[in-house]
Amino acid sequence: MSTAILMDGAALERALTRMAHEIVEHNPEPDSLVFIGIRTHGAPLAQRLATKVGAILKCEFPVGELDISMHRDDLALRNAPPQVGPSNITFDLTNRAVVLVDDVLFTGRTIRAAMDEISDFGRPQRIQLASLIDRGHRELPIRPDYVGKNVPTAAGERVRVRLTEIDGEDEVVIER
Amino acid sequence: MTTTSWNHKDLLGIQDLTVDEINCLLDTATAFKQVGERAVKKVPSLRGKTMVNLFIEPSTRTRTSFELAAKRLSADVINITTSASSIVKGETLKDTALNLQALNTDIIVIRHSAAGAPHFLSRLLKASVINAGDGAHEHPTQALLDAFTIREKKGHIAGLNVTILGDILYSRVARSNIWLLTKLGAHVTLAGPSTLVPRVFEEFGCRVTHDIDEAIRDADVINLLRIQHERQRMTMFPSIGEYAAMFGLNKERFARTKPDAMIMHPGPINRGIEIDSEIADCGRSVILEQVTNGLAVRMAVLFLCAGGKHSPEGAE
Repeated sequence: MSTAILMDGAALERALTRMAHEIVEHNPEPDSLVFIGIRTHGAPLAQRLATKVGAILKCEFPVGELDISMHRDDLALRNAPPQVGPSNITFDLTNRAVVLVDDVLFTGRTIRAAMDEISDFGRPQRIQLASLIDRGHRELPIRPDYVGKNVPTAAGERVRVRLTEIDGEDEVVIER
Repeated sequence: MTTTSWNHKDLLGIQDLTVDEINCLLDTATAFKQVGERAVKKVPSLRGKTMVNLFIEPSTRTRTSFELAAKRLSADVINITTSASSIVKGETLKDTALNLQALNTDIIVIRHSAAGAPHFLSRLLKASVINAGDGAHEHPTQALLDAFTIREKKGHIAGLNVTILGDILYSRVARSNIWLLTKLGAHVTLAGPSTLVPRVFEEFGCRVTHDIDEAIRDADVINLLRIQHERQRMTMFPSIGEYAAMFGLNKERFARTKPDAMIMHPGPINRGIEIDSEIADCGRSVILEQVTNGLAVRMAVLFLCAGGKHSPEGAE
């Protein structure tokens, strides 16, 4: 197995800054914005994007975490059940503009599960998708609104996002 | 995505579980407890699965808790009670179970007066078998919800002094609790009349005493068990009044407990017998939180046992 670096810490930081500016540009009424990260790695990314957008607009946004394991569509196909963790969304999502954040967009099934779960917390006005990496191979009609980097991949390759909050450093690598 | 180490299709008892498996169950329950606090208290994890509540012995709270747990996981539920089934026509447990399997049920939750009935079914069936109480043997989900409540309130279980008080001899709750708490490193004391708390229980790795005041003095957790009139075929103590006076948790005794000692009871409570009415309703009583936690724990059990294929090779 060989490993190549797709993004170093500085590139990751620049990508997030650009995504934050795009979010500002596409949300002329930012009062209703909330950020929800998909655990594990989407959660710190949502926090960082919320902080960056907040710095641009001089305000604070609510940030939540989503654990989608209970909404997966492949439970019956798996040998061992997944580890489930609590979701942490302490605010009503009704009529909010949700920016859903994940680290890697692949088949789109995680996003489908996340959108199902979000509707259990209220009826948002709209949901936008922000993903640090889009590696293609979609199996569902889902597309991101904000992307840090498009990475053409083969199906068998693995893209790993490593973040300071969880892994001690910022880096995106691909394993072939 | 991380998977759990859980690889059982059944939950038959606490005795066979490892510490890691117990912690996995309790951690999963933490996630499911939070589902109960949402606007929509339902997740699709077991959509399309069918669960049968096969209760050959009466129960309200455990059966309701399992039924609600299954419904919150989007499973379909059928309830079978003895009086309304072919068991009264003489059908054997084996035939009842095989008929339920022929209807493609995925989970069978069984309560039976005979110890080992769930184990018998688990060998017979492809479906997940969950023990909801077998005779005086085990009641694993009750022990798990008790441990969950202690861990949530006290932050840990290892090192705590837990006193289980009352009818130990006939209690499956006591046995499951003893196995679970000793596995997790608690110091367990059993107390009650010598007829209901025989010395032989010391072999389980706990302390046995018949002096209730001594048993509750240093306890961090006091778990009161119900006096089970229906399971006592002979008189184990002279009268209910005498039991209440000698072994009931009354105000005088309560005043001598540690100020942060927590009061638990699996229910249904006999007010004025094993516990004074005011103590059952006081701030240190977690009796109703146990009920809330029971739902989360049962969701976790159903999710882990019926949520994967559990094929022998184990790995993905």
